Amino acid sequence: MIDKIVKSMADAFAGVKDGSVVLVSGFGNAGIPVELIDGLIEQGARDLTVVSNNAGSGRTDLARLLGTGRVRKLVCSYPRTSGSVVFEEMYSAGKLELELVPQGTLSERMRAAAAGIGGFYTPTAAGTKLAEGKETREIDGREYVLEKPLKGDLALVKAERADRWGNLTYRLAARNFGPTMAAAADIAVVQAREIVELGAIEPELVVTPGIFVDRVVHVPNPKQAGAP
Amino acid sequence: MKGLSRDDIARRAAADLWDGAVVNLGIGLPTLVANFVPAGREIVYHSENGVLGVGPTPAEGKGDPDLINASKALITLMPGASIFHHTDSFLMIRGGHIDLALLGGMQVSFEGDLANWSTGDEKMPPAVGGAMDLAAGARGVHVLMEHTTKDGSPKIVERCTYPITAKKVVKRIYTNLAVIDVTPSGLVARELAPGVDFPDLQSKTGAKLDLANDWRPISV
Repeated sequence: MIDKIVKSMADAFAGVKDGSVVLVSGFGNAGIPVELIDGLIEQGARDLTVVSNNAGSGRTDLARLLGTGRVRKLVCSYPRTSGSVVFEEMYSAGKLELELVPQGTLSERMRAAAAGIGGFYTPTAAGTKLAEGKETREIDGREYVLEKPLKGDLALVKAERADRWGNLTYRLAARNFGPTMAAAADIAVVQAREIVELGAIEPELVVTPGIFVDRVVHVPNPKQAGAP
Repeated sequence: MKGLSRDDIARRAAADLWDGAVVNLGIGLPTLVANFVPAGREIVYHSENGVLGVGPTPAEGKGDPDLINASKALITLMPGASIFHHTDSFLMIRGGHIDLALLGGMQVSFEGDLANWSTGDEKMPPAVGGAMDLAAGARGVHVLMEHTTKDGSPKIVERCTYPITAKKVVKRIYTNLAVIDVTPSGLVARELAPGVDFPDLQSKTGAKLDLANDWRPISV
């Protein structure tokens, strides 16, 4: 029997190694898997590369993870937001390496990893500072930048509903990076507010097919990132 | 010579939106445009975090924290709205499916280069978000900005001194003083704000302007 539901956070993060690349879903405070981030902190892996659109605000969730000093590198499109105090402290102290990536390129690099694509050319960032040192190519008279896939060892994804096969739905715009990150990581760990019987999610309404999901933790009352 | 208010810059830009247009509004001044679309036109607003059909700001206390826009502000959904994941959202942006991106600007060059993501200050940690994707990918890019900086320096320039977001993408600029098109033969002032004359406008612009033969006052 296929059963991806795990009993505890410890089970969800079993075997996660130091040096992992961790994809963390969310945009602003929507879709941040707060409880999974706390679970990863509890598990204790170090020397992590974290890939996420923002860098957290206040001192909880993503900001708390950065504050532990266990993140060596952040791959991010918009780390500097109102309240991103921990990121700013760690960055200005030279304790955090930053790779700044345009948001669509960030997402497409993960999709490429999920799809087995070795790289792609995009006009985004052509001729800018963020293309410095990258291979470029003129295609039909326009300049394109070569971008490489971005694969995760681990993805942390916040979903709304899940079944034991790992089929997922999401809540409103908390979907954001979740589906792409689940597909782009070796181990996709999902927190779901509701666990439902197999078949309870209409097949044509499944957003992330279970094939992309490895472990599901039931978190019935998830905290909203940024909430006091 | 103050020219238009921020609301009036947005109102003038909104007047150009056509029925059925799919539009992405950048953070800052462009977000005001949604307040001024002329009656009878159906505009579909796109938000980079995966929403088409963004509706008005919810009443105080009524919003849902999982329903936000690119500025992380609470939004509502219009009937007919759709929600999708980030890769699809940026496929729309990067693949030319968005008719128009209305963006804020720090500088625009006479060739339509846009600088709107960084001052180049190395002490500040950088952030880019979707700025480069929108500038390079939307079918049309129009910029809304004050004509000069707070200390009076031109923001329309020969060559951007700030790091650029994309090259040769801006087609139209709405400022507090004028509506200016970026054309193959250079910058053309199409409309001037009430009380602004062309020599004044040129003196506050860092690149050569032509005045359109059929120029008219901005009507808002």
